Amino acid sequence: MKQATLHARKAGVIIALLGVVVVLSSSFRYVPHGSASTRDSAVSAQAFMKVYSVLMSPRCVNCHPAGDVPLQGELSQPHAMSPQRGDDGKGVYAMKCANCHQAVNLPGPHMPPGNPNWHLPPANMKMVFQGKTPRELALQLTNPATNGNKDKKKLLEHADDGLVVGGWNPGEGRALPPLSYAEFKKAWRTWIETGAYAPAK
Amino acid sequence: MISLNVNGESHSIDADPEMPLLWALRDILNLTGTKYGCGVAQCGACVVHLDGEAVRSCVTKVSRAGGRKVITIEGLSANNDHPLQKAWQEIDVPQCGYCHSGQIMSAAVLLRENPNPTDADIDAAMSGNICRCGTYPRIRKAIHLAAAWQAKGNGR
Repeated sequence: MKQATLHARKAGVIIALLGVVVVLSSSFRYVPHGSASTRDSAVSAQAFMKVYSVLMSPRCVNCHPAGDVPLQGELSQPHAMSPQRGDDGKGVYAMKCANCHQAVNLPGPHMPPGNPNWHLPPANMKMVFQGKTPRELALQLTNPATNGNKDKKKLLEHADDGLVVGGWNPGEGRALPPLSYAEFKKAWRTWIETGAYAPAK
Repeated sequence: MISLNVNGESHSIDADPEMPLLWALRDILNLTGTKYGCGVAQCGACVVHLDGEAVRSCVTKVSRAGGRKVITIEGLSANNDHPLQKAWQEIDVPQCGYCHSGQIMSAAVLLRENPNPTDADIDAAMSGNICRCGTYPRIRKAIHLAAAWQAKGNGR
């Protein structure tokens, strides 16, 4: 009887442990960002959902397309005249981004927005946002093989990248991202510093 | 004053730095081969080369061109004998002709970077140059012909 109880307890412990493993693997992917004391999967995943709302807005997703043609406008439609990504993400031949996109926004509606570093991700690492779930995008962003070779430090710094910040200066007639830049940066840092956990889905 | 180098000649012009390069070319330097089409970088009629790139001069501020090399259709070749110009004549590409200086300037960048373009390469390079007369098949044919001539040594 005692032996049977012992077996039952062992089985219970094993099932409980398996349960924990299943929950962890299905909900979060552990990424070694943040010290043990700062890791908080719930806070991290919650912060990422805020980040996600920005990354999936037209100001970000339009230049992180699933195909090789950028998107444009509030509906993220394929860019008129079908400019191609090119190897370096800066277009091809007579259709290079900077041929139309100047260093600054041009005044007036429907004029090309500008930035000195206007480009898409390069062909060898497309860093697609379009169509990604929060989980897929978080995992992509935390993997140097799919995030532009960024470690934690570079990932944190990326919030200050001129083209990222440029999303909050979209030019006339274009909507701002759903969060202010300060809110976005705070969520970005919180997500990374609490462990860069990926949401469950 | 803004210093411009256009078709190999230096100019010093008195213009607002915000002025579109197209205005400076047409109205100040009287180089009217480059055309105004849409004014919003949508049609390609105003393409010129800025340090070799096919920029749209209607949205390029003249200050961006300061100290850099600008080539217009008038300066693409010494005697209108760039392989593209000769191919355009051979095939009689234009109908109304309005868009064709821009078409040729875009095609020139393509042939410089890809001397033997496929149809897909031509589409990728030329998709931003609109022709209301619909001369696209002849444009494509002329680019192939120019590429063949260029391969033989810059002439027929």
